[in-house]
Amino acid sequence: MSAIVSPIRTPLINGGKSYHDITEDLCRATERTPNVYWVIGFLVSVGLLGFGVFCILWTIWFGIGTWDLNRTINWGWDITNFVWWIGIGHAGTLISAILLIFRQKWRTGVNRAAEAMTIFAVMCAGLFPLIHMGRIWLAIFIFPYPNTRGPLWVNFNSPLLWDVFAISTYFTVSLLFWYTGLVPDFATVRDRAKGLRKRFYSFVAFGWTGKAKHWQRWESLSLVLAGLATPLVLSVHTIVSFDFATSVIPGWHTTIFPPYFVAGAIFSGFAMVLTLMIITRKVLGIEEYITINHIESMNKVILLTGSIVGVAYLTELFIAWYSGYIYEQFAFYNRALGPYWWAYWGMMGCNVISPQFFWSKKLRRSISMTFFLSIVVNIGMWFERFVIIATTLARDYLPSSWSWYVPSWVEIGIFIGTIGLFFTLYLIFTRVAPVVAIAEVKSILKTAGDQYLGDSAKHAPHYEFYDEKKPVTAEH
Amino acid sequence: MKKEKTEVLYGLYDDEEQLMKAVAHARESHLDIMEVYTPFPVHGLDPILGLKESRLHIAGFVYGAIGTLTAFLFMTWVFTRDWPIIFGGKPYWSVPAFIPITFELTVLFASIGMVVTFYTICGMGPGVQNPILDDRITDDKFCIAFEADGFDEEELSRHRSFLSQSGASVVNAKTL
Repeated sequence: MSAIVSPIRTPLINGGKSYHDITEDLCRATERTPNVYWVIGFLVSVGLLGFGVFCILWTIWFGIGTWDLNRTINWGWDITNFVWWIGIGHAGTLISAILLIFRQKWRTGVNRAAEAMTIFAVMCAGLFPLIHMGRIWLAIFIFPYPNTRGPLWVNFNSPLLWDVFAISTYFTVSLLFWYTGLVPDFATVRDRAKGLRKRFYSFVAFGWTGKAKHWQRWESLSLVLAGLATPLVLSVHTIVSFDFATSVIPGWHTTIFPPYFVAGAIFSGFAMVLTLMIITRKVLGIEEYITINHIESMNKVILLTGSIVGVAYLTELFIAWYSGYIYEQFAFYNRALGPYWWAYWGMMGCNVISPQFFWSKKLRRSISMTFFLSIVVNIGMWFERFVIIATTLARDYLPSSWSWYVPSWVEIGIFIGTIGLFFTLYLIFTRVAPVVAIAEVKSILKTAGDQYLGDSAKHAPHYEFYDEKKPVTAEH
Repeated sequence: MKKEKTEVLYGLYDDEEQLMKAVAHARESHLDIMEVYTPFPVHGLDPILGLKESRLHIAGFVYGAIGTLTAFLFMTWVFTRDWPIIFGGKPYWSVPAFIPITFELTVLFASIGMVVTFYTICGMGPGVQNPILDDRITDDKFCIAFEADGFDEEELSRHRSFLSQSGASVVNAKTL
């Protein structure tokens, strides 16, 4: 196979790996007993999850009154957390789908774990719309099914219902896309396994054999799913933004929300991917597959999307002033100087200032700085959703309705529980499935591995200089 | 999906470039390749092997179109015929409001349909066991397999020598 590859491209796979090395390195975590860090992390996560389950059951049993929402601030930590988790989920789809379409080879190091993160984040997010409805046993009402009450249908004009379809579709498509990619890798683990593990991996590998025709269809399926998932990820967070943008609340009813939310989602999602990847690559010893180059590329995306979010903040302020509309102007005055000013300035500091550090190449390639800033960004993006939701509701049109909101222990417990759920699922994933896409990494070894590129090239790639007059034959 | 046993003669290669040259050579020598197995998708292999392009994306488009029509026509029927309600002074047939759900259902139907079709036509599914020629194929070996049913000595040795001369590190026969 020939490829026109520049020999000066930075390698994406270090360590002079062969195909067999890749298999060994990436299957190892599923084959050894987990180390002490995994066990501690798992126990802590399960503990948090247990507390969260308790709080959810408390909510369902005693009602939404156990939350400290009121008629003015009727969306608080619940919807903040919902949007935060959905936003985090978007990076996974972006890495798998959009980077596939843009033929960015570096996605192969991180796409598997990022997509898993998406699925778990969407599961955490989906909890909140379910439990915030109060009578969760009637949750089936949100779906349009034929019934004996008319039949009474749902309100297809409402963004809250669009959310139902959007989140359900997003979860399903992400799951299918992730699993499609996993099947060949499960087959790899299956063919190395024995006994009960072999039975398990045989089941989940769906009978994959590696036939050329099947790979052809697999690639076609992956490409189409990527093509579908790309507008899907853009539409899902747009629809989530419509929950606010289609209302009449000042500070919410603005057309900047769809692109601003999507950029913010990608921003916070990549930050979470970085947090997870930095820990994973160290604990599982796969720094040669998730290299500093991968981290630098993700930091560039954070820089770009963080800047978009920063520009969106400034645009909102400008338009509020320029519109001359007193309620819009007050909405932003209130955000900056009102009772929740600390949330606003925390958001500004975390989201606007922190990504700008990544203009420096040294900082982009610094693991500790990246890890620290990724956490700062996630905190900042949580505050952004809190500022948009709770602070805006606290001070809308009618001063006699103005109110104050502090979350109750139940709400805090549910949020902690979703963090526990997320990490529990992620840790189980790292144990059961290969964290890096084995087959995809093998397919880029010759064009992006370190022994084929640059100064360390031991095997020069079989590339030919492009000759327009030469007809393309089957050998290419 | 054959149920009767087949004799298979196969060779394992260590490198995909070797594999592609071997496949091209086999086609030139009119040796009938049954299957080629690889641990990852090898670009450039399909035209050499003579594989026709997959039509899965056409199926995907059809499923998506079904999703679009289902969503749009259903919402139209509900809000114009079955139980029209005035929401916020908007018209009954509020097309812009129907767009998000129509789009989502298009994507959903296309994805589920394509994935189910993919597994069905490949003969795969939860718990399905397909015969494996060699465990190293999903690791780092590339395989050319010939169907050797009813081969006489001369045919067998012709295929065997082709496999070893084209660089196969392992040549083996199996009954699947």
